[in-house]
Amino acid sequence: MWNRRKEEEQPPAPKPVAAQPPAAQPARPQPAKEGIPMSTVPSRPTESFDAPRTGNAVLGKSVIVKGQILSREDLTIDGEVEGTIEMQEHRLTVGPNGKVRASVKAREVIVLGTLHGNVETGDRIDIRKEAKLVGDIRTARIVIEDGAYFKGNVDIVRAEVPKPAATAATTSASAPRPQTPATSPAVSPASAGPAMAAGVGEIKR
Amino acid sequence: METRSSSGLDQFCSLLVERPGLTLLDLAGASQSTVAFITNLGHRIYSDDLLLQMDRCFGDGDFYENQSDSQKVAQFLDTALDYPAQHFDGALVWDTLEFLSGPLLETVVRRLNHMLRPGSYLLALFHAEERAETIPTYSYRILDRKAITLAPRGRRRPAQFFNNRSLEKLFSDFESVKFFLTRDHLREVIVRR
Repeated sequence: MWNRRKEEEQPPAPKPVAAQPPAAQPARPQPAKEGIPMSTVPSRPTESFDAPRTGNAVLGKSVIVKGQILSREDLTIDGEVEGTIEMQEHRLTVGPNGKVRASVKAREVIVLGTLHGNVETGDRIDIRKEAKLVGDIRTARIVIEDGAYFKGNVDIVRAEVPKPAATAATTSASAPRPQTPATSPAVSPASAGPAMAAGVGEIKR
Repeated sequence: METRSSSGLDQFCSLLVERPGLTLLDLAGASQSTVAFITNLGHRIYSDDLLLQMDRCFGDGDFYENQSDSQKVAQFLDTALDYPAQHFDGALVWDTLEFLSGPLLETVVRRLNHMLRPGSYLLALFHAEERAETIPTYSYRILDRKAITLAPRGRRRPAQFFNNRSLEKLFSDFESVKFFLTRDHLREVIVRR
């Protein structure tokens, strides 16, 4: 009896059930009207596809890697890495918590944390305030912010530049007082401090 | 930050324009302007912060007493001044030697002599105010050939004061010593290896 009654009572029930999905839908995105909305597909897939689109891989704080890293996309390291890192066409960022003990070859390197090892960049290296870098650098351009600690050799590799720029470089080198564009942020004594602190100065080749 | 002209630096830079591709040691700590100046002239620069290294090795306790601790001295020399013989074509030592006590100072100067190639220059600065208990310390940055920017780093008690004679004695293993006494009681010393 009980069962029958329940079964009998069920037919009218669909109304509230049918009414439920629309009520739940406002939290979801648009596809509500399509009829599939009942499926509770987790939103993870869309999130995981987002990361590659930005082209930036991240090694988080609690990640420790020992070995060789070859990357074909920009990489941010906020954990610990020991070994070698090669990503010649891409940018490596050593985050504020990052501790890297490796030789690095990258297009561009930004250091906010700690990096022990030789660095070779095709474009530039940026050593930010409170960063620590111990190792030799071969790069086309370098930026060192005030407050950064750097111990090592800086070897500026001449990039293949158009002739006018090259001649400009040679004249500045042979001039007795090279007030070069590279030192331009420090030209004005009054502005030297803040400009340096902001890491504006840059070597241009 | 203040800016001042430097005859010593001017003299030092005469070496830099003579030949390209030199390797220079800067012990004031890396700065954008110095790195840019040196590398724009086509040279290599090796940067380190000697004062910071001193603080790391001797800063825990009495700074000058620690400088006679053989273990700490060995650690300091290994971390801060372990370079091959005749590796550098010039050294910018700035005022760091003022904060080294007697025996260590002599050892460091011997090391510098060892690291420099014959004919190279060393630029050092010494305060000439003998009565001062503490002297200002700076991070020195090259602005151009004749000017430096001084970024203050507080005050410190120097290990000792130097006059021309004591400086000549200190650098007796070098070929020549040249002094420039500035208006602000600073003795700029150019030493030729």
